[in-house]
Amino acid sequence: MVAVTIWGSLRAFTDGRAQVEVEARNFKELLDVLAQTYPGLKPQITRGVSLALDGRIYREAWFTKIRSDSEVVLMPYMAGG
Amino acid sequence: MALDSNNKRVFKVVGTRPPRPDGIEKVTGRALYGADVSAPGMLVGRILRSPHAHAAILSIDTSAAEALAGVKAVITAQDFAVQDDSALRDVQENCMARGKVLYDGHAVAAVAALTPAIAKAALKLIKVTYKALPHVTDVDVAMRPDAPVVQAGRSFENVPAGMAENVTSQCEFGHGDLAAGFAAAALIVERSFTTAAVHQGYIEPQACLASMTADGKADLWCCTQGQYHVRALCAALLGMEASQLRVTASEIGGGFGGKTTVFIEPVALALSRKSGKPVKIVMTRDEVFKATGPTVSSSIDVKIGMTKDGRITAGEAHLRYSGGAFHCGTIDMGAQAAFAAYDLQAVRTLGWNVLTNRPKEVAYRAPGAPQAIYAVESVVDELCQKLGLDPLDVRLKNAARKGTKSSYGPTFDDIGLMATLEAAKAHPHYTAPLAPGQGRGLSAGFWFNFGGNTCVSLNINTDGTVGITEGNPDIGGSRAAISQMAAEELGIPYEKVRTIIADTSSLGHNDITDGSRVTFAVGLATIKAAQDAIQKMCARVATLWEIDAEAVVWEDGCAKPSGPNAGQFPPMTLAEIAAISFNTGGPIAGHHEFNADGAGVSFGVHLVDVEVDRETGATKVLRYTVFQDAGKAVHPSYVEGQMQGGAVQGIGWALNEEYIYGEDGRLQNAGFLDYRVPVASDLPNIETVILEIPNPGHPYGVRGVGETPIVPPLAALSNAVSRAIGLRMNRLPMSPPRILAALSAKR
Repeated sequence: MVAVTIWGSLRAFTDGRAQVEVEARNFKELLDVLAQTYPGLKPQITRGVSLALDGRIYREAWFTKIRSDSEVVLMPYMAGG
Repeated sequence: MALDSNNKRVFKVVGTRPPRPDGIEKVTGRALYGADVSAPGMLVGRILRSPHAHAAILSIDTSAAEALAGVKAVITAQDFAVQDDSALRDVQENCMARGKVLYDGHAVAAVAALTPAIAKAALKLIKVTYKALPHVTDVDVAMRPDAPVVQAGRSFENVPAGMAENVTSQCEFGHGDLAAGFAAAALIVERSFTTAAVHQGYIEPQACLASMTADGKADLWCCTQGQYHVRALCAALLGMEASQLRVTASEIGGGFGGKTTVFIEPVALALSRKSGKPVKIVMTRDEVFKATGPTVSSSIDVKIGMTKDGRITAGEAHLRYSGGAFHCGTIDMGAQAAFAAYDLQAVRTLGWNVLTNRPKEVAYRAPGAPQAIYAVESVVDELCQKLGLDPLDVRLKNAARKGTKSSYGPTFDDIGLMATLEAAKAHPHYTAPLAPGQGRGLSAGFWFNFGGNTCVSLNINTDGTVGITEGNPDIGGSRAAISQMAAEELGIPYEKVRTIIADTSSLGHNDITDGSRVTFAVGLATIKAAQDAIQKMCARVATLWEIDAEAVVWEDGCAKPSGPNAGQFPPMTLAEIAAISFNTGGPIAGHHEFNADGAGVSFGVHLVDVEVDRETGATKVLRYTVFQDAGKAVHPSYVEGQMQGGAVQGIGWALNEEYIYGEDGRLQNAGFLDYRVPVASDLPNIETVILEIPNPGHPYGVRGVGETPIVPPLAALSNAVSRAIGLRMNRLPMSPPRILAALSAKR
């Protein structure tokens, strides 16, 4: 199981929990399971999210491997100028 | 300091300052910018824009314009399909209004004609019947329940019931027990701030030439930060397949985030499709201000608690951003960045994006961060003043470092904030004496940086030179930096390498030049492409020497036997291998494509001294020093240029720049005479100190550089002015009338 930290405004869709546990080996599985388990997260996931894995931020990288002891933080999709 | 397996400690080319490859073309006027491209039979495109801040379009009659001799096409929103995707729909409706106009300057129709005079006359013949609607341009007013609704039904699911319909999104970040944190504070300061919308202020206006032929194939030349993104947007809006549209990016006269979307490009393509001729559109400065994207305007409340010895016990911010008449996600970035420089046990940011009758926001260097960090750093400075503490010592005491759980969630790896603060503390600027009436301000700043989708080709020419094809417009010296990294990896002189920017049909997809990504991500792809070419060259040499490929190594620009057991062969240079490439298997090229990650966050600290003229309210910047963790500075002159440029843009934002709207909702200062950017005579030399804390995610330790330096100036200037006049300023810009008003109110 992977512990995923959810940002504050999404907690309304995870029963108020700041951290949820999901079974996932990579970024894609994590997003799929989150959307399935917590349907309220689906609109945000569809609009786009980033994933911080042990401090490193990823965008779109579905096959990024996640270890069970990794620090996993869901973040809004990064944009810049 | 951990670098990956391709660790490079001693550089020969990286870190030097070769002449810029685009220098001669630019100083002699030969460089081709967006407006410089022409085609035989080209028509002139012009756009009719709304005189209203908010109005329903009851009808558009184009018949008289179409009948005018010399007019070849007239288009409206009806010439574009309605998009199902809301983001694409916003792009289309920003390029050409559908149903109602949402801001002063919103496009409603366009013409293509033989001459500028005919095009101008044709615009006057287009009859648009409007029904004016109530408008709102202020973010706080737009959040009131009775505010005019800019667009109905645009709120995301994360907006709580009961909020004004103009609120499109809400976000929240942070951790810890705020109540306990504030209870532990010796002093709590709570303040409200506003920042005006400002424009990126690039000198080159948007310009493009579109040419679509009867078989549906099209070429588009334009000034942009991302030709692939332009292709994707235009192909979708025009109903084309991407392969049928080739987009070529011109030289770019500044972008700063403002050229990361489309405004005139789909319009020119639609006019070309309708007229059957090439169509060129060049925006006027008035159009650039009114109808391209400025940054968000903001209204922010910050509350911070501190102990007597300067430990921050809790921080909270409420941020209200308006990205104009369409949804924008910049609030997410601002709310994450606000407290990123601090190691906090209790922190919370809550943010909202709010619709107003202003042009659609477009990114501007570190979008969202300058406003948020301005408010936080202003309150930190006030706490330091009230508690009699040194502002640098307080920041050192509370600075985020490796292992800090950031205010936006992830735990930081190697970061350079402490080193940057220590460099500022040790610099003579920090202890230089100030005269009466002068003030010194400082601020830390932060930006995320990212990598993204990248594709690079590297060709070994038969004369031993190297050509690199990459797909990101060069807005900050990337061609030089990429050539340097290729030369470093291949072991050849910089002068042997030339890097060019490909059009969309010549190379695979590349994300936009944004997010401070290019030197990091394209540089990394270039290193990998060079390694690919090296591997092929070593294989050719191994065949020639009749030894195993593994027995050949690449050192100092030569293939060599890996050791005595591999055999006795004289080293072969890249030029020697290239010269016989046709005989050894054909041309040699390296290639790499990937989605880069590991960009590494960046921190900066700015110090500024000012003097305020109490008679006029004018602020003079006396001294300015930028300290920044740049990772490895590939071309230090360009890095310094980015640091200086960001500081100057931030000085303008802090002191003078703002979008000024009248009661009628119309923009009153759409030109550089009334929208005042800093000029050279306003500024001292901007001193720079580069800290090179290697990024563990890059083999040379490179980090993004371009965005971070615009973050600290707002608070640094505000803190300096506040200390100079003995009065805390909480509104940007601190223009002379505002400073006079503040001084007058104090009396």
